[in-house]
Amino acid sequence: MAAVEPLDLARASRALADEPDPNAELARQFLYYMSLMREVEDRIERKLYRQGKIVGGVYSGRGQEAISVGAGLVAEADDVVFPCHRDMGLFFIRGVHPRQVFAQYMGRIGGLTRGKDGNMHMGDLRLKIVAIISSIGASVPVAAGAALALKYQGTRNVAFVFFGDGATSRGDWHEGVNLAAVQRLPLVLICNNNQYAYSTPLDKQMACANVADRGPAYGIPAEIVDGNDVFAVYEAARRATQHARAGLGPYLVECKTFRMSGHAAHDPGDYVPKHLWEEWAQKDPIRRLERGMVERGWASQADVDQTHARIRQEVDEAVQWAENSPYPDPSELLDNLYEPPSGAGGAR
Amino acid sequence: MPTTYVEAIRQGIWEEMERDPSVFVIGEDIGVYGGAFKVTAGMLERFGERRVIDTPLAESAIVAAAIGAGLMGLRPVAEMQFSDFISCAFDQVVNFAAKCRYRWGAPVPIVVRGPCGGGGHSGPFHSQNPEAWFVHTPGLKVVAPATAYDAKGLIKSAIRDNDPVLFFEHKGLYRRIKEDLPAEDYTVPIGKASVYRAGTDLTIVTYGAMLYVALEAAETLHQEGLSTEIIDLRTLLPLDDETILASVRKTSRVILLHEDTLTGGIGGEIAARITERAFEHLDAPVVRIASADTPVPYSPPLEEAFLPNAAKVLEKARWLCRY
Repeated sequence: MAAVEPLDLARASRALADEPDPNAELARQFLYYMSLMREVEDRIERKLYRQGKIVGGVYSGRGQEAISVGAGLVAEADDVVFPCHRDMGLFFIRGVHPRQVFAQYMGRIGGLTRGKDGNMHMGDLRLKIVAIISSIGASVPVAAGAALALKYQGTRNVAFVFFGDGATSRGDWHEGVNLAAVQRLPLVLICNNNQYAYSTPLDKQMACANVADRGPAYGIPAEIVDGNDVFAVYEAARRATQHARAGLGPYLVECKTFRMSGHAAHDPGDYVPKHLWEEWAQKDPIRRLERGMVERGWASQADVDQTHARIRQEVDEAVQWAENSPYPDPSELLDNLYEPPSGAGGAR
Repeated sequence: MPTTYVEAIRQGIWEEMERDPSVFVIGEDIGVYGGAFKVTAGMLERFGERRVIDTPLAESAIVAAAIGAGLMGLRPVAEMQFSDFISCAFDQVVNFAAKCRYRWGAPVPIVVRGPCGGGGHSGPFHSQNPEAWFVHTPGLKVVAPATAYDAKGLIKSAIRDNDPVLFFEHKGLYRRIKEDLPAEDYTVPIGKASVYRAGTDLTIVTYGAMLYVALEAAETLHQEGLSTEIIDLRTLLPLDDETILASVRKTSRVILLHEDTLTGGIGGEIAARITERAFEHLDAPVVRIASADTPVPYSPPLEEAFLPNAAKVLEKARWLCRY
């Protein structure tokens, strides 16, 4: 991961400054990872899934790319992240290659789980990415435990946990936030409030107006940001991270956004009023970032187009690689259920 | 001086905390109070709040926090104040902890331990034996010691194990069972049953508090001229098939005895393994003796009727040997 300079909005607005603007470099990183996420997920959902090459379900983060990318670029390499199923950008930022993601979705051995699990249910401890379980929200108390360990080990690192609005209805979400608050654990809570949990709209999910309203009940700070503005997400995640790193305990960031797809590839999302699709399409986080970059002189339209062309080529090659990755051999069925006996009982 | 079962567990955890700074304990009322059954008594004073963590009243968070810390390389020992309450943490145990290594290669070196079992008139929510739920979950290890020696040796093995271990302590044994323990460090391997008493006429396969019911019955049977072999499973997942089958091949008659309720209990699984792999050695049907298929009742006459006891074992054993 590249180190990123602090954001300076005054400087950012000086569009014609001669010296390289750190925000311009940050914006280029945002654009790359957000566009890569969009391209990979589009390829999976709109091409490979329809071709029958994806063996299971597909859940995309279309329209929400600013959240995992904005917050993901705040996390340091030794911080630990707990993505949810709409946070593919996090994987790329931390060094997972798109070809591993395609192979994961296709059930090939080149995927992060070697075919043991599918879609976004993947992780890699070496990259400090913890795999979700499907009952989203269950990761929150686990992330609290990871934060506990980071504190226990005397590090300055923090845990980042990502979840949607629906997850905050679950008991273990509340148990995890409460435990982290009581123990003042270094935990950054990032909510993508995309207004729907499968088909259930927010007003059937909770009686309070905002997920952030829940923070004060646990004695922790919470703020609301425009989840489609990657700079705003980045800044909020930075504030949250500074708070957590300083030993002040958890911090909740609610990113208001919209799920620009059904719940999954099999779901056309017919229950979503049409005007919402249209309104939120105008707020597309990638188009918005591109416009800002061009307006500020951080990139030309040609630069932007070149970025997309480069990504498409990367993705073409990644798909090819994944399709050439074999399926796991049935003999691997029993592997890795337990530690092999040779290592049992020993110190790590 | 003999060491009680509860003290053996306390010593085992304590010694592992002395040996390995990554070991810590987490649970409800375990610090200042020393735990509802005093398993963690004195640990706060010795190891401090960093390693003896009192939590909010939230079992799912306790197990989840242990998983998260385990993923980061620590070795948490999480206490369920009563094993009954592990149902609140079911998702974390069966979906998170049990599946991490298999799904994405991440070890979860945690122990979730707590008191289980009836006989103390504690009613439906403080008396259960929930082991069968977890024996049905690949990726977990399930341990249930019956002796002080095994309790200490197995809790040490559980803490050193790189997979999630559920450790069920029968609360009726905590202060009733005691024996002299070795002064030196020792472990008892997970996955190995013990032949607790050798015999030739029938086998009783059991674990936990029912070991002592089996022993009481075996003494009476001995006076009647029948020689009983008793297998103490010690670990319920993975099961030690070889020790069970070797005994069945020797005695040809077998009783499967557990305090957990009958239907879906581990006895059914063991019966299936015996009939699949030692059918031709059997001289009689495989017999299960277990608690009744009801919640654990509170009132003494009802709880007595619910639980297995030596009289019930004797009746079945005599029938089996006449068969």
